Amino acid sequence: MRLASPHLLGIEPLTPDEITLILDTAEGFSDIASREIKKVPTLRGKTVVNFFVEPSTRTRSSFELAEKRLSADSLNFSTSTSSLVKGETLLDTLRNLEAMDPDFIVLRHSEAGAPHFLAKHGKTSIVNAGDGAHEHPTQALLDAFTIRRKKARIANLKVAIVGDILHSRVARSNVLLLTKMGADVSVCGPPTLLPRGLEHLGAKVTHRMDEAVEGADVVMMLRIQRERMKGGFFPTLREYAAFYGLDASRMKRAAPGAIVMHPGPINRGVEIMGDVADGDASVILDQVRSGVAVRMAVLYLLAGGDREAAA
Amino acid sequence: MGSAARIRVLDGPSIDRSLTRIAHEILERNKTLRGLALVGVQTRGVPLARRLAERLGAIEGEAPAVGVLDINLYRDDLSRIGDHPVLKRTEIPFELDGSIVILVDDVLFTGRTVRAALDALMDLGRPRQIQLAVLVDRGHRELPVRADFVGKNLPTAPSERVDVLLSETDGDDEVVIVKAEDGGDGREEKRP
Repeated sequence: MRLASPHLLGIEPLTPDEITLILDTAEGFSDIASREIKKVPTLRGKTVVNFFVEPSTRTRSSFELAEKRLSADSLNFSTSTSSLVKGETLLDTLRNLEAMDPDFIVLRHSEAGAPHFLAKHGKTSIVNAGDGAHEHPTQALLDAFTIRRKKARIANLKVAIVGDILHSRVARSNVLLLTKMGADVSVCGPPTLLPRGLEHLGAKVTHRMDEAVEGADVVMMLRIQRERMKGGFFPTLREYAAFYGLDASRMKRAAPGAIVMHPGPINRGVEIMGDVADGDASVILDQVRSGVAVRMAVLYLLAGGDREAAA
Repeated sequence: MGSAARIRVLDGPSIDRSLTRIAHEILERNKTLRGLALVGVQTRGVPLARRLAERLGAIEGEAPAVGVLDINLYRDDLSRIGDHPVLKRTEIPFELDGSIVILVDDVLFTGRTVRAALDALMDLGRPRQIQLAVLVDRGHRELPVRADFVGKNLPTAPSERVDVLLSETDGDDEVVIVKAEDGGDGREEKRP
């Protein structure tokens, strides 16, 4: 069993079997962090370029740590310029990066489809670390890994995803993954932050938070991305918190033993109250821990040698 | 798969007897079970290690600890094989530092699995001594590796395949030689 593509561009092209393979493989990597020697020689001699065109600390650090623990050599490229890189320029960048003979390029880009462009025109394995508001596959995989560990399954779980769905690639990848794996997914947010067409991905849509959280096994809160808010999506942060913030009383509506997730960084007092973020139901730090194991699993599976020979 | 001749070389009772003998040899060599533990190499080394531990327990009163080792991250052919093997768990539920480890695997062939297992163990701690027990030694070593305890020495052609089947994983106990007639090189999936 292996992944059909040499790239991880999104959750959309993955089959449920491939998702399960990645999650199972991540289990094998999850105990490495607790060893005295937190490193295995698996990707020795491989080079990974972390090319981040959009600011990111935690995803990049998580990838970097995964690469180091696999003994790969990593190289960081980041640009703080948020100017949209057009086709020609991106192609030139790709050629420059490929001239250094990397085995992987991990790409974070502000434009949807940028990793697909690199995959199409290059010869290196591309891992999408977030492209615009499109997909963030490793985040969805680490969320699924965390859910599976806490709940022992994904199928038939009731999952509520609440917040700024419009700007969130995390939400999109999660809806795709969770519905593929048979979960019952509801998305919730103010009408201005809910894109149309989510029903087609298999999710229920609601504007009332109490309805979404009712009986949920997993409550996944999304960050209000203030940096992407150009225009009045809601009147004030206080009003947003009153309608869509997760507090202890709302959590009571969830199923017994429900878990609370957040991809971070959290806005305390806006989308999630401090006591919930720090409470027993919160698995936010487990998500961070899972991230390294899942990214190791992805790199390990994509590094699977000679694809032509295996076909 | 083309048609392949399948010859049974060990049946259930012979496997039993081999393991009982190995258990006695382990005791004879080490004198005591104090500080001794078994580590099975995934997949079929694991039930073999458990069976050996059980027999050692029956002889000495208390069974030694059993650990489980997945060597896939330490393979030397990862960039060559198309399908990366699915990782299984590694669990060493005892203090590795200063212990005597009996590494247990089903078949000793090229020696590459053992090389990988030694590296994997060294990353987990510093055992005082590592000894190797295998159910079948089929020859054709590519590295300077030798087993301390062998169930059966089995002369084979490089093109043949040796399959160890165990009731825990395969429903029944037997060791068979499969002559590849389909032109394959017969190398085990688990190679190294």
